[in-house]
Amino acid sequence: MGKKQVKLMQGNEACAEAAIVAGARFFAGYPITPATEIAETLAKLLPQNGGTFIQMEDEIASMAAVIGASIGGVKSMTATSGPGFTLKQENLGYAAMIEIPCVIVNVQRGGPSTGLPTLPAQMDVMQARWGTHGDHPIVVLSPSTVYEFYILTIKAFNFAEMLRTPVIILSDAIVGHLREKVVLPDPSEIEIVNRKKTDVSPEKFLPFKADEDGVPPFANYGEGYRYHMTSNNHDESGAPATNNHKVADALLRRLHNKVEKRRSEIIITDEIMMDDAEVAVFAYGCTARSAFSAVEITREQGIKLGLIKTQTLWPFPYEAIKKYANQVKAIIVPEMNMGQLVGEVERVACKDTKVTPLNKFDGRMITPEEIISTVKEVI
Amino acid sequence: MSKFNFIINKKWCKTCKICVDFCPKNVLFLDENNKVEVRNIDDCTGCMMCEYRCPDYAIKVEVNE
Amino acid sequence: MAVHVQEYLRLDKMPHIWCPGCGTGIVDGALVRAIGNLGYNRDNVMVITGIGCSARSNAILDFNTFQTTHGRALSFATGFKLARPEMKVIVITGDGDGSGIGGNHLIHTARRNIDITTILINNSIYGMTGGQYSPLTPTGSFATTAPYGTVEDTFDVCKLVEAAGATYVARSTAYHVTLLEQLITSALEHKGFSFVEAITQCPIGYGRRNKMKTPTEMLKWQKDHAVNIKAASRLSEEQLEGKFLIGEFVVKNKAEYTEKYNKLKEEAKKEGDFNGKI
Ligand SMILES: Cc1ncc(C[n+]2csc(CCOP(=O)(O)OP(=O)(O)O)c2C)c(N)n1
Ligand code: SF4
Ligand code: SF4
Ligand code: SF4
Repeated sequence: MGKKQVKLMQGNEACAEAAIVAGARFFAGYPITPATEIAETLAKLLPQNGGTFIQMEDEIASMAAVIGASIGGVKSMTATSGPGFTLKQENLGYAAMIEIPCVIVNVQRGGPSTGLPTLPAQMDVMQARWGTHGDHPIVVLSPSTVYEFYILTIKAFNFAEMLRTPVIILSDAIVGHLREKVVLPDPSEIEIVNRKKTDVSPEKFLPFKADEDGVPPFANYGEGYRYHMTSNNHDESGAPATNNHKVADALLRRLHNKVEKRRSEIIITDEIMMDDAEVAVFAYGCTARSAFSAVEITREQGIKLGLIKTQTLWPFPYEAIKKYANQVKAIIVPEMNMGQLVGEVERVACKDTKVTPLNKFDGRMITPEEIISTVKEVI
Repeated sequence: MSKFNFIINKKWCKTCKICVDFCPKNVLFLDENNKVEVRNIDDCTGCMMCEYRCPDYAIKVEVNE
Repeated sequence: MAVHVQEYLRLDKMPHIWCPGCGTGIVDGALVRAIGNLGYNRDNVMVITGIGCSARSNAILDFNTFQTTHGRALSFATGFKLARPEMKVIVITGDGDGSGIGGNHLIHTARRNIDITTILINNSIYGMTGGQYSPLTPTGSFATTAPYGTVEDTFDVCKLVEAAGATYVARSTAYHVTLLEQLITSALEHKGFSFVEAITQCPIGYGRRNKMKTPTEMLKWQKDHAVNIKAASRLSEEQLEGKFLIGEFVVKNKAEYTEKYNKLKEEAKKEGDFNGKI
């Protein structure tokens, strides 16, 4: 048995330390509150661990450098907030298209634009899903505690490497800046996933020929595998195929399917007091903290409230909603935005139950009391 | 026999005429399809300019050993 | 043994996509001969491009290659070089890609003096999108978006990268192809950020609209307007009017970025190995 570590940690620091444990050895970023501590911590830790930290001229360049380093074979990440996240979108799509693993942390703050620097928000849920143009695959995770931020950072790297796709962590100013006691697993007991390598000879190697799981293995540079990668539509050889409808169709399907096939591994949901729940709260990120308190308080009052908490926002956990849609009178969806993920809940649940949004977007957290009064309205 | 041997890839030649116009010795011409053709091979000095300036890598000038 | 470009091409990707008489192929040929003559192991060469006709260069070159987003190749290359400092990293960019949308990245990559060789193929126009004016389109020239002639001034991109901190800066033309190959050779051998501007022709997007109907006329223009820097000091201001300089402008020795960062790593390691165990 390895030794667990008990620590008092800030969310952003937990993310940075977890990145090192996950094997990240490259960070490129541009300063922005409330994400900067991740950069500051990694500026110190990366070189100590043989890695590289670089502050680029902007977020576009940061995202590009991260992908460049990952192409070079190094696990890579960046961290940002609202306006910076927007600038990363172009190259995020590039990473999705040429299938380069990387992790993008967005410690959300209130928007639009520079908005509420730097009060918390959950306004980038849809941007994380759809922000870059084109119908790309994506995995988006969202922690609600410092511990989860740590574990999800490791998982984000694992998913990225396993799927050859960018993974986004949507944290927020609350979880990013929160200091909490955490009990961390011994690093030697944490599962670390590394990218697949080809066993095909250079003459036969096709850089975008996927295995059964839809994920093409990498080849090491310097070993005779010389190939081309382009974000234009491309065939298995990597050659541009911009006029080939069949290739375009097959590529986009494969990019999506490789993520969909692994739903059960990627989707992390907790069902808390749901067995006998008459009303459910569906929550994620910092809002899940208040939702949890609301469950505790209402249960004492004899109200059967349960919590469906998700750490995976995309792919969306439709299964968890479906499971309870018939059982509960209502699903309350508190979000620090004008209603983003609630639409997904409605998609699966609206026929069977009432879906009630609870939105706050003024830079203040949704309180347990606000959730409880919504519960009492719908009961 | 000329000191030089030309390997011309007419499939790659895009008829731009750069090689013809800048050959200092008027060695090269365009054929009826406007593709490059070597006519005065004995005048060639092997300056390589046609090979180097061909945007389509259609000319290879080799020195006969 | 003379190096022939054919030996370094992905033959299944030939003939390439460029228009008849396009200068891009000439510049790539010079690059390939330079690499070949230097005897680099092609498995250790990485050629990165952005978007544009010039950016299509690496699709046909039998090295390690990837094409990135418009203007960002140098930032991708920075990340790649830091991950793989042992590899020879080359970026091919266009005047729009490198001096317009990617201008900021050009400045900062030069400033860092990271060991990347950049070849900016300046054809005076946005070729791939059909002939819109670029930051390097000569004032008064016609473009699809400058039907009355452009009123914008250009700038000297070689001077820009020099001011930013590039330690090797040179310029040649497609016409002066031998010089171009020599300069690219020196750039590749230079430790630090090296930059070669290649003035080329886009007969379709630029020449046709600007009274140069054939590729030959455009190459003649290059021949007539380029002045070697070695000869320039002997010429009067009037003689230099309307001309541009070619040759080697900057050759400086300065600590290179990846080497500096590696030293920093050694120092940082002494401070403690975290590895998740603080
Ligand atoms: C972000 C973005 N904006 C615009 C474009 C469209 N675009 C493609 S190529 C190009 C111009 C390229 O010009 P240049 O770099 O001069 O290269 P050339 O084609 O002349 O070789 C533009 C604007 C794009 N691909 N991406
Ligand atoms: S320069 Fe090349 S492409 Fe042009 S005419 Fe000559 S051989 Fe053909
Ligand atoms: S090598 Fe020189 S002289 Fe000979 S054909 Fe080519 S351009 Fe003319
Ligand atoms: S448009 Fe211009 S730059 Fe592009 S291939 Fe044609 S000639 Fe070359």
